[in-house]
Amino acid sequence: MFILEINPLVLPDIGLVFWNTIAFVVLLVILGKFAWKPMLKAILDRENGIEEALLRADKMKAEIATMQNENETLLAKAREERATLIKEAKEASEKMIADAKEKAKSEYDRILADAQLAIQQQKNAAITDVKNQVGGLVIDVAEKILRKELSNKAEQEAYIKQLAEGVKLN
Amino acid sequence: MYLNRFKSLLVVSLSLVAILFSTVVMANENVVVADTNKVAAATEAAVPHAAKEEGEFNVTETILEHIKDDHSWHLWGHTSIYLPVILHTSKGFEVFSSEKFMNEHHEPVVYHGNFDYKLVEGKTKVVNAAGEVDEEASKQLLDISITKNVASLFVSVLIILIVILSAANAYKKTGVTTAPKGIQSLMEPIVLFVRDELAIPNIGKKKYAKFMPFLLTVFFLILTNNFLGLIPFFPGGANVSGNIAFTMMLAVCVFIVVNLSANKNYWEHIFWMPGMHWSMKLFLAPIELIGVFTKPISLMIRLFANITAGHILVLSLICIIFIFKTVFASAIAVPFAVFIGVIELLVAFLQAYIFTMLTAMYIGMANEEHHHEHADAAHH
Repeated sequence: MFILEINPLVLPDIGLVFWNTIAFVVLLVILGKFAWKPMLKAILDRENGIEEALLRADKMKAEIATMQNENETLLAKAREERATLIKEAKEASEKMIADAKEKAKSEYDRILADAQLAIQQQKNAAITDVKNQVGGLVIDVAEKILRKELSNKAEQEAYIKQLAEGVKLN
Repeated sequence: MYLNRFKSLLVVSLSLVAILFSTVVMANENVVVADTNKVAAATEAAVPHAAKEEGEFNVTETILEHIKDDHSWHLWGHTSIYLPVILHTSKGFEVFSSEKFMNEHHEPVVYHGNFDYKLVEGKTKVVNAAGEVDEEASKQLLDISITKNVASLFVSVLIILIVILSAANAYKKTGVTTAPKGIQSLMEPIVLFVRDELAIPNIGKKKYAKFMPFLLTVFFLILTNNFLGLIPFFPGGANVSGNIAFTMMLAVCVFIVVNLSANKNYWEHIFWMPGMHWSMKLFLAPIELIGVFTKPISLMIRLFANITAGHILVLSLICIIFIFKTVFASAIAVPFAVFIGVIELLVAFLQAYIFTMLTAMYIGMANEEHHHEHADAAHH
């Protein structure tokens, strides 16, 4: 008997259902259009932004790391280059000095040789000159002597004979 | 899966039994109240302190009065807001203040409108010239009055609109690049909670966005009304979320959303369970069909029963003072009432959470893409 009598607490009132439905639908429409959509979109946008920013930061970090690596390799390369340059320069300068020394030496030798040659030549020339003069003198003397001696015919002939004999021996 | 279904079915039937049983108990009490000479021992055993009658104070009536809807909203002392009564009769609409139901001595009187109306147990009834309730004419009456619950609901809707719209406007003003500020920073974690803990895990990343406005609105409406119901004075004090009409409306909305969004798979699983023997399919179809209805019904009963139970508990504890008629009883009653009140704060959030989570789960179940090719292959 009592079971059939429904407790008013569990009996929905038609007026309440009516107003509840209106309130809920109004709330759903207004909030759905003006609040939830922009809100969720904004939150999603922000999340995407943060994600992108993080990704970008990671990318940047990697880029910076590669850049640093590159820098280091470049630096190392530059250092190496500098070392080789210095080495080469040193070598070049040493070579230059050595060459200069050698050149100087060879020049010196050449000058020395030239000088010696010139001395020799002049010496020879002088000797020849002396010889020529001496020869001239001898011839003069000999001429004078011969002229004097060849005044008699017999002696002249004897002498020619003697000379001729001398030629034969040569 | 089926175990869960059966379990939920069991829970629903048990709660139904419990509610019907409580009806019996309360009805019994009414009998007891009516007939003061016969105090039934059985009723006392069922409701130990509520059934005792001490002079003019009636605990059951007091508690039910606080839980039930009303035409006036009590502010303080003898001051109340008299809310408008809106009636639709065969002679058209009629609007008048509920103050007309009372005379200057706060005694119920008959109001002479298109018909003669009188408040009987909080409900507007048509009475005849002799002052007796005319049941035939009363059935013709469509009562869409702005009652206490409706007014409280409007207040909560207003609060939600103000708070949420101002939070939403903050995004327009500050853009998305700055951190949330003020009310926006209070709302955003809740919105994110609903999205990340309720919607996405239950519905899935692909389809959740479509249901977010519904879930968020349901969540905030329940939460706000639960909290407003815990405030013992104006603008709280009404028991909106512990009213079966409110929870029924939400459950019907859930039912509509779930079944309108449901895909082919869902209906296939209900009427012709794949991967089963045909006899099993025939056996499962009615059970699954009942499940379609028990799911929203369980939502309705759960919210209603939880909130109402909380209110009854707090009121019962406060009533202890009036039962013992001594102020010293408050030494026990007040700390307990505060303790229960704090638990009710938790329950207020928890029930909003559970309602929304289960709604999301049902939507997720209705939208699930099943892959059971291997099961079919094994069957054939």
